[in-house]
Amino acid sequence: MIRVAVKKQLGAFALDASFEAPAGVTAVFGVSGSGKTSVVNAVAGLLTPTTGRICVGDVTLFDHERRIDLAPQHRRIGFVFQNARLFPHMSVLRNLRYGGTYDEARVIDVLGLEHLLDRMPASLSGGEQQRVALGRALMCDPQLLLMDEPLAALDAARKAEILPYFERLRDEVKIPILYVSHDMSEVARLATTLVVMDAGKVAIHGPMGQVLSQPQAVPLLGVRAAGAVIETKVAGRLLDDGLTELLFSGGRLMMPGILGVLGQTVRVRIPAQDVILATEKPKGMSALNVLPVTITQVSQGRGPGVAVGLQAGDDHLLARVTRRSAQRMGLSEGQAVFAIIKATAVGPEDIGR
Amino acid sequence: MTLGLGAEEWTAILLSLRVALVATLAALPVAIWIAYILARKRFVGRQLLNGLVHLPLVLPPVVTGYLLLVVFGQQGPLGGFLAQFGITFAFRWTGAALAAAIMAFPLMVRAIRLGFEAVDPGLEEAAATLGASRWRILWTVTLPLVLPGILAGGILGFAKALGEFGATITFVAAIPGQTQTIPTAIYGLLQVPGGEPAVLRLVVVSIILAMGALLMSEWLARRMAKRIGRP
Repeated sequence: MIRVAVKKQLGAFALDASFEAPAGVTAVFGVSGSGKTSVVNAVAGLLTPTTGRICVGDVTLFDHERRIDLAPQHRRIGFVFQNARLFPHMSVLRNLRYGGTYDEARVIDVLGLEHLLDRMPASLSGGEQQRVALGRALMCDPQLLLMDEPLAALDAARKAEILPYFERLRDEVKIPILYVSHDMSEVARLATTLVVMDAGKVAIHGPMGQVLSQPQAVPLLGVRAAGAVIETKVAGRLLDDGLTELLFSGGRLMMPGILGVLGQTVRVRIPAQDVILATEKPKGMSALNVLPVTITQVSQGRGPGVAVGLQAGDDHLLARVTRRSAQRMGLSEGQAVFAIIKATAVGPEDIGR
Repeated sequence: MTLGLGAEEWTAILLSLRVALVATLAALPVAIWIAYILARKRFVGRQLLNGLVHLPLVLPPVVTGYLLLVVFGQQGPLGGFLAQFGITFAFRWTGAALAAAIMAFPLMVRAIRLGFEAVDPGLEEAAATLGASRWRILWTVTLPLVLPGILAGGILGFAKALGEFGATITFVAAIPGQTQTIPTAIYGLLQVPGGEPAVLRLVVVSIILAMGALLMSEWLARRMAKRIGRP
């Protein structure tokens, strides 16, 4: 359990953030300048808040009233920065061992670093550097891992290469992770809890599925990032068509690509702008996925869009339609409609384990 | 093995090397410390310290030499005090080293300060989050990364100390075997008829020493760059 409640004036920018995060991966999401990095820097001790408290488990890292302010080197926090920050004059192995040698063999194995140990950081690719940085943070036996946009400096191919390592880390290493990102695809793949920052304040926070399926979250997340995340199970693979059949409480989804083995749990993000609503079951249509759903909420935004909350079985989905369509179709709470999800709408970066 | 050099010339060359080496090695730790303070700390009087450090660079060397004579001479406030412990500078080779060190100091500080400013503070933050104390960060991260700057400052300082003339001749004169370095020997030889052949030999030696220092610094810099992993 991480508890953060901090205030700090930084020039014209006021940071006033408080949230609690249970074990697992907590994503701190927001546009650049929303205060995400200030929050993790405060937790790491690289930024001293004016007032507030920061606790990790039973350890108080900072408490203004009790005059507690542990130095960064005494906080036992692993910090993975956006640009790796490897020591350029040390080999990969010396970098890894700088903070300690905790669980060395397993860290090297999990992150696939065996063949890199003698190399110098400058000769590594961006993705490799980030893996070494992660290993270095883990080997100092941290009680909390902070990751500040660890993938932002990488291109799509490097991201795809490193994300599976992060997923493996999340599933195998039982330390809480605070993960800063402005990329919803990353967040959707990794996080269990979501903290949304807006102008220095925490706008919403809670379990990720719950936050992402709230229509009220759409304006805060931005049109592109809004969309529900659901857990599905692989029910079949149509090798000839290159499709995977996924089952969840609301029905069956066909997704392009081969997504894991039979029975495996797969997380799928369905962006709100890629969900189309119909009042009658459509016929003669190319989209493969048509789900019967019930409208739980219709939320008017500031712009021309309307966010529609949907119940599909026990899961929640989110659709974004224009206000004009919503009026013409007479969308209202409790109404039964059909949600049409185009299979290709879900990109490979939106699907994780 | 005299290489055609006379005994007096050899004495001047060896003395020059000793003076320059001692001046550089003695000034280097202080220069690193001052460079660190100027690069990293913000305090009242920082500009004053900066100006003081640079003074020997802009002052006429003869003025610096005269001030050294006033302060460190046998009757000077510091000279008299240090003489009680058997440390004398005036008209001794140690005085030549002191003058050379003071004249080389601003060049050393400038080069090393650039080195400190080139170190990404993010690396030091990263080291802190990995549990390293301030001292450990300084020794294992900051100083190794400043090493090229320290090397550049050291070589530059050595070359400057080797060629120092004005402050040296004012402070400790040019006593053969005691304070006569290559530059002051060349100057002395130019004052007497028939000195040109010896002057020429010392000029060649000066060029060789300067080139040698430059080549060595290049070689060391390349080795270090390789170690840091830069191409």
